[in-house]
Amino acid sequence: MSAFKFPESILSRPVYGILEPRPGKLHLMIADCEGAEAILDLAARASDLMANTHIIFIPKGTKFGPKLQALNSAQYYEGPSFAAALSRIQRVLSNGVMGMQIYLTGTEGMMGQAQNEAMRAGYDYTAIQTEHRGSVARRMQCVHCKGITEDVNIDPFECSHCGLNLFVRDHYSRRIAAFQGVCIDAEDPGNVPPSVELYS
Amino acid sequence: MTIQFNNETFRDDYSFNNSQRAKDRFPFPFHEDSYMYSINMEQHQGGPADSIYEKRFDVDEHYISEMRDRALVLADDPLRCQSLPHMTLAGWDLLELIMVSKSEDYPELFELYRDGSNWHWINKPMGIDDHFVFMDETTLPFGPMEYITRQTQGDFCVLDQREDNLWMDAGMVTTQADWSLDFDIGMNFFEWHAPVPLAHEKGIFKRALKFLLNIQQGAPARRLNWTMTVNPLLDTSPENYHKWGVQKNSLTPENLGSKQHLRVELQTFFRLPRSNGLVFPIRCYLMSFQDIMTKPKWGRRLHRVVRDLPEELATYKGFIDKRPMMLDFLAQYDDGLPTSFGVWADDDSEPSLQKLN
Amino acid sequence: MNAPAPNSTAPKAMGAEKINVFVSAIVTVNDLVKRFEFKRIDGCQFPTFSGGAHTVVEMQDGDLKRMNPYSLMSDPAKRDTYAISVRRDDEGRGGSLFLHQKVQVGTTMTLSFPVNLFSLDLRARKHLFIAGGIGITPFMAQIKQLDAVHSNWELHYSCRNPELGSYVDELTSKHDHSVHVYYDDKKQAINLVNLLDGQPIGTHLYVCGPKGMIDWVRGTAASAGWPDAHVHHEEFLAPQPGKPFAVRLAKSGLSVDVGEHESLLEAIERLGVEAPYLCRGGACGQCETDVLESEGTFIHRDHWLEDDEKSSGIKIMPCVSRFEGKTLVLDR
Repeated sequence: MSAFKFPESILSRPVYGILEPRPGKLHLMIADCEGAEAILDLAARASDLMANTHIIFIPKGTKFGPKLQALNSAQYYEGPSFAAALSRIQRVLSNGVMGMQIYLTGTEGMMGQAQNEAMRAGYDYTAIQTEHRGSVARRMQCVHCKGITEDVNIDPFECSHCGLNLFVRDHYSRRIAAFQGVCIDAEDPGNVPPSVELYS
Repeated sequence: MTIQFNNETFRDDYSFNNSQRAKDRFPFPFHEDSYMYSINMEQHQGGPADSIYEKRFDVDEHYISEMRDRALVLADDPLRCQSLPHMTLAGWDLLELIMVSKSEDYPELFELYRDGSNWHWINKPMGIDDHFVFMDETTLPFGPMEYITRQTQGDFCVLDQREDNLWMDAGMVTTQADWSLDFDIGMNFFEWHAPVPLAHEKGIFKRALKFLLNIQQGAPARRLNWTMTVNPLLDTSPENYHKWGVQKNSLTPENLGSKQHLRVELQTFFRLPRSNGLVFPIRCYLMSFQDIMTKPKWGRRLHRVVRDLPEELATYKGFIDKRPMMLDFLAQYDDGLPTSFGVWADDDSEPSLQKLN
Repeated sequence: MNAPAPNSTAPKAMGAEKINVFVSAIVTVNDLVKRFEFKRIDGCQFPTFSGGAHTVVEMQDGDLKRMNPYSLMSDPAKRDTYAISVRRDDEGRGGSLFLHQKVQVGTTMTLSFPVNLFSLDLRARKHLFIAGGIGITPFMAQIKQLDAVHSNWELHYSCRNPELGSYVDELTSKHDHSVHVYYDDKKQAINLVNLLDGQPIGTHLYVCGPKGMIDWVRGTAASAGWPDAHVHHEEFLAPQPGKPFAVRLAKSGLSVDVGEHESLLEAIERLGVEAPYLCRGGACGQCETDVLESEGTFIHRDHWLEDDEKSSGIKIMPCVSRFEGKTLVLDR
């Protein structure tokens, strides 16, 4: 499945790459949904990584689990959601040592949150690899109430916390792991254009 | 020198007002009849007597009222002041910089006594008299950055310098022109400027960053930036945009002169010694269009700048919709006479307006 | 109020602000190293600084004005004195020899305000220092800064032998567990692969010493998977001598022959032409100069310019780089 080509945008918008094998003591790979395919692609190119790899996979309905398990990585974990996997991720990171390589792949929302955890553990984000696969829905933070609305696919959208109508900005915060949503009808309350799909 | 402090509001009834002195020293930002981005940096080592450039941190008649407004903003939204954990040292650097500068530049208003680490700070206008231990946060009611910026006009971005870049890792931001500290904290120089149109393609930020990375102790720099605000509202934050945005629609041809304000930011840049960070104060000055028109040169020039400003800039600065109405007002004050180069009003020499209608 | 003159764009400062000092003490640390301590002539306190900062020492050696950067090794919190340690280099350009042989207690000179191109990453959970020889100096200041706030650090210090181990006693007596010393003559070497293995996430690595050591540490860390952002180094490049060459300064309308033992920057300064600088060692970018015309080969020795800037010959860093050829015209 070919990866989505994100249109060129402003400098704060994250740009994703292609996972590549890097020298290191331990390889921590975190994926959700179609991100599994990027791990499979990487393993095909660099099978010797697997002996020192810890895979954390959140399938969310996709069926890649058995193929990932068959890679025989040093450790393999499947979790029902990022939230459920979080404490395990935090434990692995806080116990981590320098020389650990981190590979994130799948949706923007999951990668952003996982990257955040690594940064919180003291790992500079520039060395964390990311490859986007699957859904292009965004995590959006409402700048007004600070609530996060997950899986946003349309613009404008309604904040799932305070109900304001927000337009989708490309301005992105690593720390919050979300794009910014701003009230669209502040100057003309009630005048909300019909929603269109993102990237259409 | 004695300053008469105003008792005014920047919200609700908007009783904000500029005295004649404030109008005379207003930092009109346009040195010619058009505007495009430039780095426009210069050294911040004093300026003409009684100008806003003279002192390291300018204190004016709006001081007390601005600090009161800041306290209100923070009570409502504490996220406007944040400091990532590694930035506390920079906060102490900033506290020292402001206390030393203000006690030296305004000795009748601020006093600082230091006995080793035992410091005694007196802020007469705000009625503050505090003893604390420098570098010991437990001896102050707030973290050092918050403590001192609650007593200093303007916003403060405290930047960490790493990897040949600057990172907005702490700040006190309550008078900003529409950006969110809570969202932008942790971003680097290019990222927090990402939404600014046109400037990136011109390489402006690359050159500006190189300059800023090399700012040294004892050699601060400054520049001006500007935008437009309806009503003398300091807190034009994105957080509250859904509350203040609608005020733009309260503009009418009759009230535009008094409601429409030119908002000028004096941006300064100081190297911080112990942390090797950089502090970026953003000091906001407001002046209504009708007050600006009392200076004929500024009146003529403002019309021309607003008229010829590229659409992307007028959109980014938030006044594209109201531009026609603004131009209708401003055109009354532009008789087409030439204007001299430079920002100063030339009160003594500028010919008065030939009224057009 | 009269119309005041507008602020003109002031010229960029040539280097950082300057402080007039006198030498208050000279301490022989060992056969090769002397420590020079300075106090301000005006009796005021020095500016405080961040550990890792250096100062550019300006000394008059007869007709020659010498300007050499040295790391500040004194405690940043002790502002009555600045201290540097200078290793005598008999093969060098003469700056260290001048200090060792001609400077006395009471000699006056000028120091620049501190400039830091080797600062600590204050986010680090642990600071891991690797020093070689005189490269110990920036760490002396950083350790004092970190101790004041009880931060986590560890030092691995490689010296030739105990006699030439500058400040080993001071460091080991105060920090028994955090300082590890290795003597080349006793065949003790830092087991770098071992040392880097197992460092907790959030550790930052800093190396200062001879070029070979720096390259070895950076290379080993990269192979072990350490991100570049976690590895910091400082290397003062002394300008290397080279064949004399002629240069024309278009803005000033002057021409000069750059001598064998002087840098292009020094030649420009010799003419009295303004040339900004900060580190004088090819790292900070402040002296970046546009090339207007050239016919010949550039000898780029800096760490600042991008590869394409170096190959296209549109810029040069005069503090360390040179030129060989017929024509070189600079925008100065």
